[in-house]
Amino acid sequence: MSAPPGTVTAPAAATTAGAVRLAHRRPLRIGRVSLLLRPRGLAVTVTGLALLLLLTALHLRLGDIPMSLSEVVAAVLGGGTGGARLVIMELRLPRALTGALVGAALGVSGAITQAIARNPLAGPDILGVTSGASLAVVAATVAGGAAYGGAGGVLAAIGIPAAALAGGLAGALLVYGLAWRRGLDGYRLVLVGVGVVAVFTNLKYWLLTVGDVNDATRAMVWISGSLNARGMEHVVPTALALAMVLPATLLGTRTLAVLRLGDDTVRGLGVRIDLARGSLLLCAVLLASAATAAAGPIAFVALAAPQIALRLAGVAQPPLVVSAVAGAVLVTGADLAARTLTPVELPVGIVTAVLGAPYLIYLLVRTRRARGAI
Amino acid sequence: MTAAAIERRPLRHLRARRLTILSALAVAVMVAVVLSLMVGARPVPPADVWQALWSPSGSEPDLIVRDLRVPRTALGVLAGLALGVAGALMQGHTRNPLADPGLLGVTQGAAFAMVLSIVVLRLSSVYGYIWFGLAGALIASAAVFALGLAGGRGAPTPVTLALAGTAVSAFLYALTSTVVLLDQQAMDMFRFWQAGSIAGRDSAVAGQVLPFVAVGLALALANAPGLNALALGEDVARALGRNIALTRFLGIAAITLLTGAAVAACGSLAFIGLIVPHLARALAGPDHRWLLPYSGLAGAALLPAADVAGRVVAHPGELEAGVVLALLGAPFFVALVRRTRSPRL
Repeated sequence: MSAPPGTVTAPAAATTAGAVRLAHRRPLRIGRVSLLLRPRGLAVTVTGLALLLLLTALHLRLGDIPMSLSEVVAAVLGGGTGGARLVIMELRLPRALTGALVGAALGVSGAITQAIARNPLAGPDILGVTSGASLAVVAATVAGGAAYGGAGGVLAAIGIPAAALAGGLAGALLVYGLAWRRGLDGYRLVLVGVGVVAVFTNLKYWLLTVGDVNDATRAMVWISGSLNARGMEHVVPTALALAMVLPATLLGTRTLAVLRLGDDTVRGLGVRIDLARGSLLLCAVLLASAATAAAGPIAFVALAAPQIALRLAGVAQPPLVVSAVAGAVLVTGADLAARTLTPVELPVGIVTAVLGAPYLIYLLVRTRRARGAI
Repeated sequence: MTAAAIERRPLRHLRARRLTILSALAVAVMVAVVLSLMVGARPVPPADVWQALWSPSGSEPDLIVRDLRVPRTALGVLAGLALGVAGALMQGHTRNPLADPGLLGVTQGAAFAMVLSIVVLRLSSVYGYIWFGLAGALIASAAVFALGLAGGRGAPTPVTLALAGTAVSAFLYALTSTVVLLDQQAMDMFRFWQAGSIAGRDSAVAGQVLPFVAVGLALALANAPGLNALALGEDVARALGRNIALTRFLGIAAITLLTGAAVAACGSLAFIGLIVPHLARALAGPDHRWLLPYSGLAGAALLPAADVAGRVVAHPGELEAGVVLALLGAPFFVALVRRTRSPRL
């Protein structure tokens, strides 16, 4: 939440150094560039990244064939035995990378949506992305049940992500188009999202009752979100989406911070609100669609990661970078648990909620204790 | 004309208008009930319905009306009423348009308890697991409220409650998904429960949930003035002499009883509790003393109507009421949201 640039040059503010301080923090100035450093956010990010690295290392080591750390390092650097390289590079690394990238994308997507809707319960689900993707995949699975089962992995590997991507983007387009009425309004967006999501979700439920129970179970695995058997063909598109969209999103950080002040104030500050909100929402939709196409609608990450991030960083609004790290840690940790702790390998989307929900509750209770009441 | 008279006149108009809308909604409920008794794979004319209700002779139309249509109609009215009121309460307390009555873990608590009862006790009838569903709903909601209370003094704020409820719901949904993925019999039951339906329920079911709905409705109506005060902000409400913690507790108890009973009997229909209050708010404005009855009656009309539509659309088969509700109700809802500047929370 940095002050708009105008206030810094105001004579009244210039006379006292304290007037331009924000929450007792001194902005860092290099020439005309002014930055506000938040040590706590930085510390949380660094800790999160370290944790992510640790989890990824564990991910690569543990499994049916346990590996030592030196074997893992050797394999990643291109050495090691052929068998170790196969296990690490072909099986475990793509899966770990997909998980981390998907988590980061969902975290950022959730942070943007919650900031724009000014609602902690909002997420890319409200934008129609996840429900659209789920509907498309359930329809494809139930309609083409036997075909997919018979054709084996190849068709499923290409067909299902494509259906998910198309469904997610179509859903988002529908929500946005219906919510647009001489401009966009956060409240209307949320309500329209509720309506569209309800249609998609109930169509999905209906399709689940129509089909064969085996198809329904298979569809249920996908709509729970799974990282099972993910390869480089899942890593690359997600990484590309993240690499293209994330910088654009970070450029919008300032606008995002201002958006919560209310439409009139934002316009008064000289922000072209519809353009800003539209492009930020587009970023959120693209990230969520890419993530959903790669791993299915992993539940709860987009909702929980921003809420966890803002409580850890001690700020008022979901911080983008910390949300990304929190999402990546949550999904990677959940996938590690799904792969190693349970006797039957569970879809990762189930474990994210099992791990993330208690932690979010713990943070809620702790914050409440610290502030008396929030 | 004195100043006081001028001020009072619009109020009188408002009251008349509100009573008119209330009666219109009551008529809509009656129409839905009559249609629900008449329409189906085997249409029954009004005269036969009348005869079946008051002087049954054991003929085929009599059996259809008495054994099949009366139970589902009664259940539809009860569940619609319960979910409409619970939804309005929930949105009022959380001041969040995204809050459905299942938000505090009620729906997922019921689902998990029912799935567990199927897997562990191998129950095979719907009537067996209604009680488990109700118990699960009550426990989950109590847990959410306790978590909201933990650590701080005084009543938990709506944001804390909503987030704690979402977290608990997600946790329980994950457990339910685990169980149904491992047990195909549970999956088979769960997918139909999830779609939400009032068909094929025993006539005893409506009687079983009636006491819970009745107590819940009484609590809800008692909660309305307090909720109006809370809408002004907690500080103002406190200054007006309201006990915030008590008001919140009353509201949550009402929501839990109403939603728990409806969801255990009819499956995941919480969506009706999400949409109906928005429709009712467009008619009633923000006053909860009127919003709650409007919302309840609208729900009681809409659920049986959706059930009837499900029988007509998929004739001679049926479509689950929950599905019809979303397919017909949601586009209407979106149109309403786009057209009007409805009062906001």
